[in-house]
Amino acid sequence: MFACIYSPDVNEELDDFAYAFSPVVEHTKQHTVTIDVAGCELMFGSPYGLATEVATRAKRPRAEGGLGSQVNIAIAGNPDTAIHAALQLPGVSFVAEGEELTCLREFPIESLEYSLVNIEAKQAEVILETLKLWGVQTFGAFAELPITGVSERLGQEGVHLQALAAGKTSRHLKSKQPAPIFSNAVELDHPITELEPLSFIYARLLNQLCATLSSYALATNELLVVMTLENKSDHQRKLSLPHPLLDHKVFLKLLLLDTEMHPPPTGVVGLTISCEPVKPRVIQNGLFVPLAPAPDKLELTLARLAKLVGETNIGSPSLLDTHRPDAFIMKRFVLPTKADTRRRRKPPNNRQIPATDQQRRVGFRMFRPPLRAVVQAERGWPAQISAWGKQRGVYGKVAQLAGPWRTTGDWWRTDRWARDEWDVALETGSKNQSSKIQGIYRIYRELLSGAWFVEGNYD
Amino acid sequence: MRTAISKTELENEIAGRFGDAFRLHEKLPPAMLSTGIPEVDALTGGVPRGAISEIAGSVSSGRTSLMFSLLAQATSNLEVCALIDTNDVFAPTMATTAGIDFDRMLWIRCANNLEHAFKATDLLLHAGGFGLVVLDIGEVAAKDARRIISSWWYRFRKTVENKPTSIIVISQEACTRSCALLTLELNATAAWSTTSRQNNVYKFPSNLKTESSVRVTHANLFSGNEIKIERRRPIIPGLNESCFQSYAINGQ
Repeated sequence: MFACIYSPDVNEELDDFAYAFSPVVEHTKQHTVTIDVAGCELMFGSPYGLATEVATRAKRPRAEGGLGSQVNIAIAGNPDTAIHAALQLPGVSFVAEGEELTCLREFPIESLEYSLVNIEAKQAEVILETLKLWGVQTFGAFAELPITGVSERLGQEGVHLQALAAGKTSRHLKSKQPAPIFSNAVELDHPITELEPLSFIYARLLNQLCATLSSYALATNELLVVMTLENKSDHQRKLSLPHPLLDHKVFLKLLLLDTEMHPPPTGVVGLTISCEPVKPRVIQNGLFVPLAPAPDKLELTLARLAKLVGETNIGSPSLLDTHRPDAFIMKRFVLPTKADTRRRRKPPNNRQIPATDQQRRVGFRMFRPPLRAVVQAERGWPAQISAWGKQRGVYGKVAQLAGPWRTTGDWWRTDRWARDEWDVALETGSKNQSSKIQGIYRIYRELLSGAWFVEGNYD
Repeated sequence: MRTAISKTELENEIAGRFGDAFRLHEKLPPAMLSTGIPEVDALTGGVPRGAISEIAGSVSSGRTSLMFSLLAQATSNLEVCALIDTNDVFAPTMATTAGIDFDRMLWIRCANNLEHAFKATDLLLHAGGFGLVVLDIGEVAAKDARRIISSWWYRFRKTVENKPTSIIVISQEACTRSCALLTLELNATAAWSTTSRQNNVYKFPSNLKTESSVRVTHANLFSGNEIKIERRRPIIPGLNESCFQSYAINGQ
């Protein structure tokens, strides 16, 4: 059985009002909702009892959960009959199964709700005009026409409209589902200042969140944690993942590591965890593709490493489009997808030249920061170098050298650079002893300050 | 009544109950990862997977060049690699010319903290899935490297055993002791084509001619690399040393 509630004075609140009686609610049109009342007998007795209850509650003021106005309510065996009855008959109407036409017979043909059988307005108007020309004025007159003649003259649309007028249609309600909420919150009686008790709260909220996501066959790649602090301020942390995951244990460990790295300044009195639902990641690994770390394990490992060495010291280097020496940024390490792999197989860009057997590149070890050096020069050529730092020292006589190579850039900026670079082979030992090459270094002289530095060594 | 039975008879007696427990299980030779340098591959067959390999050598001995080549080779084979850079010496601008795919390389900068480097290596090995893990302690003084307790190396060896991960340790002197399956000692010859000192010091590279009329550019330095195997299991007699040329062109 279906019930249609119509109120010309109420529109928005009608849906919420209808949800009080049935979980299956269709917002049919403006000021009209239809509900499925099957199974509501235990709560409201007979369908007629339900209809009476709806009418009574609707009269109540809005503060008491009512609508503050009178409504038309009709109950019928199919939703379309209930809708027509509610729109045309005031108060409470009850249409027994098999008696639909008896109820609808006198309704004017203009009030036929053609949109219920998915017929366009233009087409429906043509059919109704034709019916008027034939002298058909009511639902009953239309329903009594022979179905073959209707089909021949008005087509299938006419047949559908006739069934609608006769109250013989059957369909499911287009139920309006309430939007799912992917957020869980908890308020605490006492502030939490330590990580361990907080982990229990995290575990509970994440469990619920993952269960909700799982019920909708979704995963998430972004968690937002909002902690309400003792001083009434909020402490927010956002956890972004490169791939969608749905494992509350992984989320818990990631959140604990993040909280350990960025603890709230005071005690926590409230906690909300929300997430961005996305479709789960489905991958098909190839048989001959080399092994790669599992995404969830990798995320945990990266979080642990970030805690160990600092977030800025972990990732993949990305070169900057400049000639500035040692210009790069660290970007987040993300496992390349299949598409990335295919793209990579194409010839690389100019900056990435693959080494061949004929072009083996010599390695270079960069000193960060560069070592300040004292250089003795003979006729402008470096002859003796001495540089000492916290970790290393470089000193010796220049045995061989190449250079200089001058590089300058960004002259319009305050951090411009201009320098002459040399490659030098240093040897140790005096003239009497046998000298030995101890290493090949790159040194440079800053043209702006005139200072010498050791940039690194070739290795 | 017979009181003494031979060992063979005893083993035959209980062989049916204990299966092949008394049979010697020979270890299969490990799978190898190519270094990308044919001369080194010919000498060692590459670096073994599921084991520690050590590349030792002094400053400018070619350790980093070999490391670049290994990383380039592994990343081009779509393997995921990790570099634990103890002293923050990795130079991406130079490494990119070696053909390393940075998207497949995780770089961990440990800011001169040796303990962090070892902990990071341990975390990575336990995470699994990496084809090549390079621990660079090449700037750590040999006396400090020798003090690293053996349990770390045993732990690493045990973690990667029977896994496709290859651990490479870059150091000044061999310090992994018996835990490494392969130890290479490098020594590059720093004999290069020198520039003529008659040239003006501030002339640009196009004006700088070498004695052999070869233009000297950045890193066009090494004329020969020597490599010597210090430890290898199983030992291959008569194959312990190799020399090869390095053609480094324009490091920038």
